[in-house]
Amino acid sequence: MADDMKQDPEVERRDNPAAAAAEDDDDARRMVINIGPSHPAMHGIIRIVTELEGETVRKAEIEIGYLHRAFEKSAEHVGWNGVMPYTDRLNYVSPLINNFGYCMAVEKLMGIRPPERAEYIRTIMAELSRVGDHLTCVGASAMELNAFTAFLYFMAARELIYELVEDVTGARITIAYGRVGGVRSDLPEGFIPKALGFFKTIRKNIAEVHGLLTRNRIFYDRMRDTGVIHAADALDYGIMGPFLRGTGVAHDLRKAEPYHMYSRVEFVVPTGTRGDNYDRYLVRMEEMEQSLRICEQCFKQMAPGTHQADIPPEYLDANQMVDAAKHARTECLIDREARLSPNMEGQEHRHKRQVIADDKTAAMPSLGKTYSNIESLMNHFMLVMNCHGIRPPAGEAYAAVEGANGELGFYAVSDGTGYPHRVRVHPPCFPIVASLEQVLVGGMVADIIATFGSVNMIGGELDR
Amino acid sequence: MSEIAHALIVTGYILSVVLTLAALLTWMERKQSALMQDRIGANRASILGFRAIGLFHIIADSLKMFLKEDFVPARGVRLFHTLAPFISAFCALAIFACIPFGPSLPLGDTTVNLWIFDSDISLLYVLALGSLGIYGIFFAGWSSHNKFAYLGAMRGAAQMLSYEIALGISLIGLIMVYGSLSLNDIVHYQGRQLFGFLPAWGVFLQPLACLIFLTAGIAESKRNPFDMPEGESEIIGYFTEYSSMKFGLFFLADFIEVVVVAALVTVLFFGGWQVPYLQADGFQLPGGTHWELAPLAVGLIQVGAFCAKLFFFCWLQLTIRWTLPRFRYDQLMRLGWQFLLPLSIANILVTGIILVCR
Repeated sequence: MADDMKQDPEVERRDNPAAAAAEDDDDARRMVINIGPSHPAMHGIIRIVTELEGETVRKAEIEIGYLHRAFEKSAEHVGWNGVMPYTDRLNYVSPLINNFGYCMAVEKLMGIRPPERAEYIRTIMAELSRVGDHLTCVGASAMELNAFTAFLYFMAARELIYELVEDVTGARITIAYGRVGGVRSDLPEGFIPKALGFFKTIRKNIAEVHGLLTRNRIFYDRMRDTGVIHAADALDYGIMGPFLRGTGVAHDLRKAEPYHMYSRVEFVVPTGTRGDNYDRYLVRMEEMEQSLRICEQCFKQMAPGTHQADIPPEYLDANQMVDAAKHARTECLIDREARLSPNMEGQEHRHKRQVIADDKTAAMPSLGKTYSNIESLMNHFMLVMNCHGIRPPAGEAYAAVEGANGELGFYAVSDGTGYPHRVRVHPPCFPIVASLEQVLVGGMVADIIATFGSVNMIGGELDR
Repeated sequence: MSEIAHALIVTGYILSVVLTLAALLTWMERKQSALMQDRIGANRASILGFRAIGLFHIIADSLKMFLKEDFVPARGVRLFHTLAPFISAFCALAIFACIPFGPSLPLGDTTVNLWIFDSDISLLYVLALGSLGIYGIFFAGWSSHNKFAYLGAMRGAAQMLSYEIALGISLIGLIMVYGSLSLNDIVHYQGRQLFGFLPAWGVFLQPLACLIFLTAGIAESKRNPFDMPEGESEIIGYFTEYSSMKFGLFFLADFIEVVVVAALVTVLFFGGWQVPYLQADGFQLPGGTHWELAPLAVGLIQVGAFCAKLFFFCWLQLTIRWTLPRFRYDQLMRLGWQFLLPLSIANILVTGIILVCR
């Protein structure tokens, strides 16, 4: 019935000529302009169809999905551990946080807890990633306002973060470092002093950009009172993270529902007041400092790693180990470490047992054990064999971490097989991008760029 | 030497200085920004393994520009699309006709004037050609049949018209002081001294006008922080649909305009080719010290001084470009109309009062 009531637009125009004329007038004054996906500021992964009146945006339509890779569907076909590298590609600017979020969901399903050192490492690496993410976001949005120099200062700082990440994980972006029950490997030797040295440079670069931008009149005018969203609206959209904190709501999962080691460290949750681009900029700048503080506290609190052990271990080549085990010469295997390839640093037995839960159903045995005893070999085999691997009991679990953009949630459903029944991601920038249709209206074309920069839209996370 | 040959030689000299400087600026911009941003900058182009600190990039870039496809949008207007970059480059280059690049150099029996023409309307000619430059942008945006280019053209026209006014009015105070519109007279006037020791440069006589002129001048040359018409991360710019050497000409015109602004600031506010205390017969320091120099040596020092000043102001503009973010369109308009324009009018008033009371 309702469909019948709805009139043909042509008929409506004929019946109401005044409204039709007004509409025509509007149309004549407005220009539809298609920004993206091939537009310098849209990164090739989003399209905004805007209706302009002069240069004022009257309507904005956001079209997403240019980077859809079927993460959730793929996850159902690769086994619980196989999902890990896919999570790297969600928010590819801070992949470590995604890793840990997914791990937490599976750990919840299986009811295992990572050892303390692993939790510290997770905290440190997540905070490093957050710094890297904020550096990228603030730097890129400054660049889009043509403050190119600030961008490169931040890229120099991010390079240091990447170097630290590379030292620990062996890769810069596709790190696959999280493991159910812990992390893949221990921190490398000399990591903490190196990181502390880098923090000085990072702080110096942040201070430089503060000097270049924060009190720069042009930058202030571009950011202040543009892209405004009110706290109530932000909450209605389900926005979290710096975007919400910019409006004055001090919600941070690290405080609200502490995970990892966040309950043991001190940090401040910075908030803004007006919910505009400038507040979000300030929140991000302050969060970087807080993240560095968290890292430093973790360095202090962490028990010293096995690198500092008094007695250096005795090494044995893997093939010698296997031979000895085959001939049952087990006495020479006691307390021996397998000599691993240098790119597996930190995965020797004495390290591994500190950073991953002692749980045969989830954690791989260390390679030394795999080479030297049959139980570990079988355990290893069971975990890597197709259709076996990790098998959480049937059930469902939701775990959320504070991603760089807000709440990054993983909802995992297990049917008791070796493959996830469903892995659903709650991407933090999805609600933010949804709110853009409201936030952009009333601003100018140039504000789209400033606001879009402060959204920190990451295609991999948004489209999955 | 016949008049025409003389004019041709001077034109050749000035064109080569300007074009070389403009081309050099493309390289300088890359190296300067690299220096500011802790990068290395352009250094890949090499001839036989010889890199020459990246200078070959100028050749590589221009070769690339020439070899690209010359593209005209299907529904664009070919005539205007082709004409636009020429207008931009022509207007920028023609301004140099009346800029004195140095004093009259005595060469043997003849004297060589380092300017192409000098008349009572030089300054008006400069302003007029500066305004005509809008047509290049406007034709480019209009004939491209592209909304981004169109927006860029609109912004460009609005911005250049608005800043034209502040620019022109800021100069009136200067004209009142110098009492002439001829750039040569203006430079000669600045050879005097204030209070016996301070060179009578425009920047000391009209400091406010100098600031306004520099600001409006950078706005006229459409470079960051006033690069609204381009705004490469917002609307890509009025030359969105340009490729090949047509784009190259716009690009070059941009840098020529940098040189224009630098040259005008030098001539109007920083004494042109004048060197402090350097008179026609040598240095005449305020303490009474006198250092005699041959007329030719004085002339060469002055030509060098002009080039050095020119270079300094080009460098200054590059530094500004890599330090500040971009304005927003409405903020730019507000700055022009509500801030620079009243200030420049106030400047005229103050200048007038001082001149009358003196």
